[in-house]
Formats: sequence, C-alpha cells, structure tokens
Amino acid sequence: MRKSFVARNPSVLIFLALLGVFTLAVTVLGEGLGVGLISTSFVKTLGKTLCLCLVAIAMDLVWGYTGILSLGHFAFFGLGGYMIGMWLMYARTELIVAESLAQAEIPPTPDEIRDAIGTQIFGVVGGSDFPAVWTFAHSLPIQLALVVLVPGLLALVFGWLAFRSRVTGVYLSILTQAMTLALALYLFQNDSGLRGNNGLSGLQNLPGAADVPQSMVSIWFFWASAAALAIGYVVAAFVVSGKFGSVIRGIRDDEARVRFLGYSVEGYKLFVFTLTAVIAGIAGALYYPQAGIINPAEIAPIASIYLAVWVAIGGRGRLYGAVIGAAFVSLLSTWFTGGQVPDLPLGIYTVKWVDWWLVLLGFSFVLVTLFAPKGIGGLFDLLTGRHGPDRHGAALGPDQGSLREKEAEQ
Amino acid sequence: MTTLLEVSGVSVSFDGFKAINNLSFDIGPAELRAIIGPNGAGKTTFMDIVTGKTKPDSGEVLWGEMSRSLLKMNESQIARAGIGRKFQRPTVFEDQSVFDNLLMALKKDRAPWKVLFYRETTADKARVEELAEEIGLADQLQRKSGELSHGQKQWLEIGMLLAQEPRLLLVDEPAAGMTLAEREHTTDLLKEAAKTRAVVVVEHDMEFVRRLECRVTVLHEGSVLAEGSLDHVTKNQQVIDVYLGR
Ligand SMILES: Nc1ncnc2c1ncn2[C@@H]1O[C@H](COP(=O)(O)OP(=O)(O)O)[C@@H](O)[C@H]1O
Ligand SMILES: [Mg+2]
Repeated sequence: MRKSFVARNPSVLIFLALLGVFTLAVTVLGEGLGVGLISTSFVKTLGKTLCLCLVAIAMDLVWGYTGILSLGHFAFFGLGGYMIGMWLMYARTELIVAESLAQAEIPPTPDEIRDAIGTQIFGVVGGSDFPAVWTFAHSLPIQLALVVLVPGLLALVFGWLAFRSRVTGVYLSILTQAMTLALALYLFQNDSGLRGNNGLSGLQNLPGAADVPQSMVSIWFFWASAAALAIGYVVAAFVVSGKFGSVIRGIRDDEARVRFLGYSVEGYKLFVFTLTAVIAGIAGALYYPQAGIINPAEIAPIASIYLAVWVAIGGRGRLYGAVIGAAFVSLLSTWFTGGQVPDLPLGIYTVKWVDWWLVLLGFSFVLVTLFAPKGIGGLFDLLTGRHGPDRHGAALGPDQGSLREKEAEQ
Repeated sequence: MTTLLEVSGVSVSFDGFKAINNLSFDIGPAELRAIIGPNGAGKTTFMDIVTGKTKPDSGEVLWGEMSRSLLKMNESQIARAGIGRKFQRPTVFEDQSVFDNLLMALKKDRAPWKVLFYRETTADKARVEELAEEIGLADQLQRKSGELSHGQKQWLEIGMLLAQEPRLLLVDEPAAGMTLAEREHTTDLLKEAAKTRAVVVVEHDMEFVRRLECRVTVLHEGSVLAEGSLDHVTKNQQVIDVYLGR
C-alpha cells in the first residue's frame, strides 16, 4: 500500500509545527495575553499576512498546479470581506442605535430602529433605505454562509462560461482581470448598495464585545487566521497529492492529452477555480475585520496581479512556496511603503522607497521569472539535493533514441 | 461480422485545402488494421476526427453496437466511450513518475469528486505493475517519465493506452525511434492487444507493417486508395505510382 498522507507530504507537518510555534510566540509577545513586546497594530499586520498566505495558497492551486493564470482572485477575497463586513457594520450600528433610542420616552418600534440603522449606515451616500443586498445583514449565520456562497457562485458561473468555451492562457487572464475590474467599478457606484467608494468601515469592532480591548480582539483574529491557514494548507495538500493532483498537473502541462485520457478537463478546472474562490473568500472574511475597512479599491485589478507576483516569487507549484512568497513580499511591502526604510541618497537624486518600492518589486519579479523560475521555494531543493534531470540540448530525432545533443557527443 | 467503428463520407478542409476527402472506413471489434500512406495523406487528421479533436465538415462517424454518433461527443466523452489514442510524438506527463502516469490512465471513474477521494487499492497497484512489466518499465516505476528515453516514452504511452482498456486503439507511428528489437516487441504487443479489441496502426515502415500480418488501408490525398492484404495493395498500380514508386 501507499504511504500515509503525512508520510507523502512531510512539508505539511513541518508547516503546521512552524505555524504553531509562530502563533504561540505572537500570543506570548503580544499585548492581549502576553508581555506586550509586539504592538497590537503589528499583531494585526501579522494576522492579515496569514490571510494573504491563505489566498496565496488558493492562487498556487489554481495557477501553480492547474495552470490557470487567474488574475481575478482578489475579487473573491474582497467579496468575502464585504459579506462579513455587512454583518459587522449592521450589528454594531444596531447596538448603538438601540442604546441611543433607549433613552427616549416612548420605546421605539422595530421599524424605527431599522430606519435609524439605515440612516446611520447609508447617510454617507445620501440614502437611508436598505438595499436588497442587505436583506440578511442582521443574521451572522447567513452572512457567514454568504462568505462562502457568493464568491463560490460567482466563480462557478464565470468559470463555467469561460472554461466551456475553452478560453485559456492569456485570454483567460484578461477575462479574469475584466471580471475584477467590472466588480470594482460597480461597487464604486453609490447606488450599488455597499456605500460606494466609502466602503464598509469600523469592522475592527466586534458587536457585543465593546468592553474587550483591541489588543485581545487582535489576538482572537490572529488565532482564527492561523487556524484557517492551517486548515487551508492541509486541504490544499490533500487536493494536490494523490490522483487528483496528478490530473490537475497534467492539465497544466498538456490539457489536450488529459482529455484523450477521458478526463473532463473543463470539470476539473471549474472545480479548482470554484474551490479556490471559496478559500479566497474565507481569507478575505478574516482579513478585513483586522484591516478595519474595506472599499472597492481593494479589488482593483492590480491587487490580483500582486497575488500572482507573490506566488511567482515564492515559487509556484509548491504550497509552502506560495506561503513564503506572500509573507515575505507583503511584509517587505508594508515595511517599504510604511516609510520606515531610510531614503537612499545618490547625490543628484534621493531614492524614496515609498515611491520606488513598486519599481523594485517589478524588477525582482522580472529577475525571478528569468533566472529563478522556481522562486524562493527553489532554495529548498538545494537543501534537500532534489533537482530535475540535467538534460541540456534539444532532443535528437526519434531515431537517435534517448540521447540529447550533449549526451550524444560524449 | 459487426462493425465497431464506421466512418462514412467524411470530409474536412483547412483553409480550403481538403485534408480528408469523402473518406469511408470501418473496423470490427477485434481486428488489427494498418493504415499507410505518404506524408500529408491525412492519417493523423483521420485520427483527429475519430477522437473528436477535429470536427469534419460533412460525413458521419458511428460507434459501437448502438451506432452512436461520435460527432456529438467531445474528446473526453469519446475517450470514456472506449477509444484510446497514441500520438505521433510521445506525449506523457514528463513531470510525473511512470507510476503516476499509468495510474492516471487506469480505467476508473473519472469524475472529479471520485478522483479526489480515490485511494489506490492493492489490485490497482498490481495492475500498474503488471502493465509496467509488459512495457519493460517495471524497474522504472518511480522515475520521472521525463527522464526516460524516447523509445521508453513510446512504450509508456502504449502502456497508458492499454491501462485505459479501450475497445479501439488508434496508434500513430508507434515504432518511431525504436531499435529493431523494440519494434518486434511492439508488434507483439499490438498483435496481442488486437485479439480482444480493435487496433488501428498508422505506420510508414513497410517491414513493420508486414510483421503485423493484417489488412492494410492505403490513404492518399485524404481518401482510401486501396484496401486488402499487404501483398494485394503493393501490387496495385495506383499505390505503386503514388507511394511505393517514390
Ligand atoms: N490544423 C491544420 N491546419 C491546416 N492544415 C492541416 C492541419 N492539420 C493537418 N493539416 C494538413 O492536412 C494534411 C494532412 O495532414 P496529416 O493528417 O498530418 O498527414 P499524415 O499524418 O498522413 O502525414 C497535411 O497537408 C497537413 O498540412
Ligand atoms: Mg501524421
């Protein structure tokens, strides 16, 4: 019999162990429960980074393993954030409104409460009525279900249309960019029902936990993000090991051949696309409460392109590569764009990293693509001594059999 | 004898050029057939049509006892209906081991959900090992197939074809890049396979075709020029003119 799941995927155990140690360390060093060496805002940054690692795993599944270069997965990430954000905003506003109306002499009717909540939430876009999309905003279970269902359904419909007509390669990438752009533009409108460019805010405040300090809330979300990342990693490792993994890697390398083996390539692509959209939605639902605010700019096309850059730099086609890439690049990005990096005076010109960071990132991306296609994850191959067959030169004609140019010369 | 595959009056043109011209062809359920013809005769295009890669402009392709039309099915449905294909250039999944290549081809439920929760049984493993034995790759199972030699890749692809347990095997130039001994082994494999299923072999090499000892169809400019035993068709004056005479 074949070895067990863990034995076939040693990286899973190592990853879980490292993640566990990291979570413990942050808990001990954070302000909420520990000694306070790590500020609450940095705990939030680390928690958000874990969510970005999770969406990077989704990207690696869909791109690194299945070969679909989706440049729209941040749309699913953002939708997940919006879905949980609606409940957070509604429930908290409801508490505030109820408190202020409680002072009134005549107890308010439910309709009055609802109107007051509406005015509070939609005042910024000049409205007070609840749009239809807010129908379930009062219910946490339903909004949690929507975190999964909305990105999943969008991916299912979009993927079905695209894969059925066999759109592949760069055309598919452009189509996914168009999808995320269209969604962002739609959400920017005030009458989209999600507060236009104001987005949803105050998401860091948990309804009903007003007396819990942010230092504690941040640790809760950090834990939730770490747990989601752990589960996501195991699920992804399960999907890519075994025969399903063989088939999707086959689709990446030669999809026509997979068809002739009798596998419905479209069905597999749709499955992976939808699954990864759901993972992205969950990651987004954990990210935005830590960020505190979500607005349509979050799902601008560029965000999804960054996601691809992280995975490429980390090393696609291996799960820990995606995690490393997302963590490394996004933390570095926070550091550079946060203005903490000293400027680089070059005499006639001073390099301000806030402006030049993107150039540096783009340049690194080009370098990695050209010279280290395996990314940072490729370094692990050096450690473990694993490398591909070193067969240089073009294949000789069939009649020369196995040899390639260089071998034949020897 | 009943027919397994019946191709009738099929034509296909690429940008006005008729690659297949009113071609008719049929084969029984346990028959070995060789297709020969000069380069560009339309042999590969014929396979493309049967396997659903190319849709013909006109004509009909019927399959099996129920005479289902293959033209309404896509590539993977046709493959699941029982038609396996070996390509002219060996196409195996180079990044994956010989074992994984064979396991993927093994006749099993191909629905994503079933494949996701599939765990190989002892019987499956034994079947893969048996196939590897047959194609001479028993001690290479854990190697990445990209490391195999050209001839070994050809065999791996034949092994994957056998693993699919198709009712019809379409084999495009299987002997390319093989040594004489390997060719003989290949003919044996194909003849053995044809005892229980239909096998269509496209080949250039006359010696190879002679060893197959089967009916031969000669293709020229997209239609059938002659059909019969190898001796019969090689005596045909038209065949000599367009093919052998050159
Ligand atoms: N996709 C295609 N587009 C244009 N022409 C094609 C295409 N496929 C095949 N052909 C042409 O059809 C003819 C038959 O090709 P093919 O079936 O590959 O021949 P064979 O396998 O017998 O050598 C050739 O002239 C080839 O150039
Ligand atoms: Mg050909």
